[in-house]
Amino acid sequence: MAAWSWDRISAEYIVTNVKLCRGAKLSRRKGFLHVRRGVIEALGSGAPTVEGLPRLDGQGLVCAPGFIDLHVHFREPGQEEKETVATGSRAAAAGGFTGVVTMPNTVPAVDNPGLVRYIIDRGKEANLCRVYPTGAISPGRAGEALTEFGSMIEVGAVGFTDDGSPVTSGALMSNALKMTRMHNVPIISHAEDLSLTGPGVMHGGYWSSRLGLPGIPRASEDAAVFRDVELARATGGHLHVAHVSTRGAVQIIRRAKEEGVHVTAEATPHHFSQDHACCRDYSPLFKMSPPLREPDDVAAVVEGLVDGTIDCIATDHAPHTATEKEYQFDQAPFGVTGLETALAVGITHLVRDGRMDLEHLVRCMTEKPAAIMNLPGGRLEEGSDADFVLFDPDHEWVVDPDRFHSRSRNSSYCGESLTGKVVATFLRGRLTHRDETGSP
Amino acid sequence: MILNRKDVLGLEDLEAEEILSILDMSERFRAVFDRPVRGVPIMRGRTVVNLFHEPSTRTRISFELAEKRLSADIINFQAASSSLRKGETLRDTAENLQAMRIDMLVVRHASAGAAHYLARVLKCSVINAGDGAHEHPTQGLLDIMTMRQRLGDLRGKKVTIIGDIAHSRVARSNIWGLTKLGAEVTLCGPPTMVPGGIDRLGVTVEYDLRRAVAQADVLNVLRIQLERHESKSFPSNREYHKLFGITEDVVRGLKPEAFVMHPGPMNRDVEIASEVADGPRQVILDQVANGVAVRMALIYLLSGGDPGALAGGDAE
Repeated sequence: MAAWSWDRISAEYIVTNVKLCRGAKLSRRKGFLHVRRGVIEALGSGAPTVEGLPRLDGQGLVCAPGFIDLHVHFREPGQEEKETVATGSRAAAAGGFTGVVTMPNTVPAVDNPGLVRYIIDRGKEANLCRVYPTGAISPGRAGEALTEFGSMIEVGAVGFTDDGSPVTSGALMSNALKMTRMHNVPIISHAEDLSLTGPGVMHGGYWSSRLGLPGIPRASEDAAVFRDVELARATGGHLHVAHVSTRGAVQIIRRAKEEGVHVTAEATPHHFSQDHACCRDYSPLFKMSPPLREPDDVAAVVEGLVDGTIDCIATDHAPHTATEKEYQFDQAPFGVTGLETALAVGITHLVRDGRMDLEHLVRCMTEKPAAIMNLPGGRLEEGSDADFVLFDPDHEWVVDPDRFHSRSRNSSYCGESLTGKVVATFLRGRLTHRDETGSP
Repeated sequence: MILNRKDVLGLEDLEAEEILSILDMSERFRAVFDRPVRGVPIMRGRTVVNLFHEPSTRTRISFELAEKRLSADIINFQAASSSLRKGETLRDTAENLQAMRIDMLVVRHASAGAAHYLARVLKCSVINAGDGAHEHPTQGLLDIMTMRQRLGDLRGKKVTIIGDIAHSRVARSNIWGLTKLGAEVTLCGPPTMVPGGIDRLGVTVEYDLRRAVAQADVLNVLRIQLERHESKSFPSNREYHKLFGITEDVVRGLKPEAFVMHPGPMNRDVEIASEVADGPRQVILDQVANGVAVRMALIYLLSGGDPGALAGGDAE
């Protein structure tokens, strides 16, 4: 048997001694994954039959499809001090991701084919994960007219959104949704009624009242989700609701799905694991949009993920510099990073709490998001690209922001003990991340 | 009892006994005011910085006076004349102050939580002189001192706070302090100005002014600034005065010994009618005088001062 070297992975090798996570099934028996020229040549339980190839001992780790995140902010172009496509890709690989969908609220906004191509090119240069850009719905995200969806799709845009801001005009949103019927890509809704949000900086409820901070009512999200769901119903377009945070939004989406509306939805790890009481010490690390809500909202988001109302987990990875997050709570920008903690938060708060099994969690981070945006990957299958991740579902670790690969450190889990650690990530068979602290 | 803490950021953090011992000390300082020489040189050689990031006349002067009467060295930072307006982070501000080796910081800031942040990073004592809509502990203490002077033990006493609760740090400090001392607090204001979930702090919410004041022992009337409201939470000053203004008519509905307080500055004939503001039922200037005493006591106790130090002076 040829000696394995992490640094010089050969074109053909076999990962042995892993628990394969395929679809709804996590194999209890140890299995193997045979990679040849970046493609999965074979996989199965037991020992591989092919001899003479380099082998990597997977040491009993789970082997799952590479994770896919439908919602990241890589800040390039324009805010490279927070993140770039390269540093964001690095963080993605560290989190076990092999595909990410970037949001277009950069400076300037990604509202034309040139910028879509620019993001894709930067992603290819970094070559650490597949970077799929979305384009803005409206030029400059100003909410006044439609961008050229067709031209942007031609160069690689996978969906459209004015994320960061809602589309205030119902008529414009309606037209955007109509367009998806010919383009077959989703419109991603940042559902927020800005007049209800007003000067709000955290969830409007007991804690905002107690802390004396202006609140963002649930209705700000509920009303906007309701409008967009009704527009999706009326137009037949594909609506994807980003970062669902309220009980009301979950209920609206659940009912719409039952009634056959083409709506999909995502939830972030922070919205299914943290609530507004986190803001009690005024730390801007807990300031995000939508805000951390109440415990019953958190329960509803979890329930939505469990019953499939919410299709997938997306991080809304939103890096900000340390300086920006050192302003007072009401002055600091909204957003937290998420790529490097997503799996662990899922395992800690969903799997270990008994809310869902590990297979379900993995599907929420792989095949389900892939299906929403028509992306390749998300499954371990013979003949598909060898995008996969090895992780230890039982490894406990403490989140240390100094160890993040992202350019920013604004995680809402700093100092927290989480369970589940990504050990290695592979993109087209090539190692993109290896955890120095873990095994093997 | 010695105040065994570095900072006073809000009445939320103080135990009832701590509040009472600050008030007892305040009474001793208050007694000194009637002496020909009102100074007590117990803070000589110590530096207090007053960092006011928001315009304030009353509170700043009251703190300054308290510090001067304790013979502290005082430095005043005003928002307009410092780097605060240029977007310096609070951390930079804090580190600069730290480097200057000050003994105490009194801070007023437009952002809720600003004083807490400074207290965490600074080694010196921090007194919150008002942070956003969160707390204004010295105002809360002086209000409670004024109530106690007239009502004695506040257990079971009924205090009604009237006005824009949502934007009021005075209201929050009153709520924390009064409920800790066993008073029954009722909040009254337009529903647009009473924040959701506030009843979980152990208070009653009442939108009808007449009902809110009927059983009250004290009315604490908050300042209204409709022009500062971004989303129109009330139509006009006239409508406000009509529904929530403390008029002579309202005062006639009070229990005979009940009285009216206002933290100032007053909008006459908006939240309080001039006749009431100048009338026999208000104790507004007592509040102002008590404010200086409370701030002297707090600065003194936070500096490790001996609570018994002025005991002899009481008799004079």
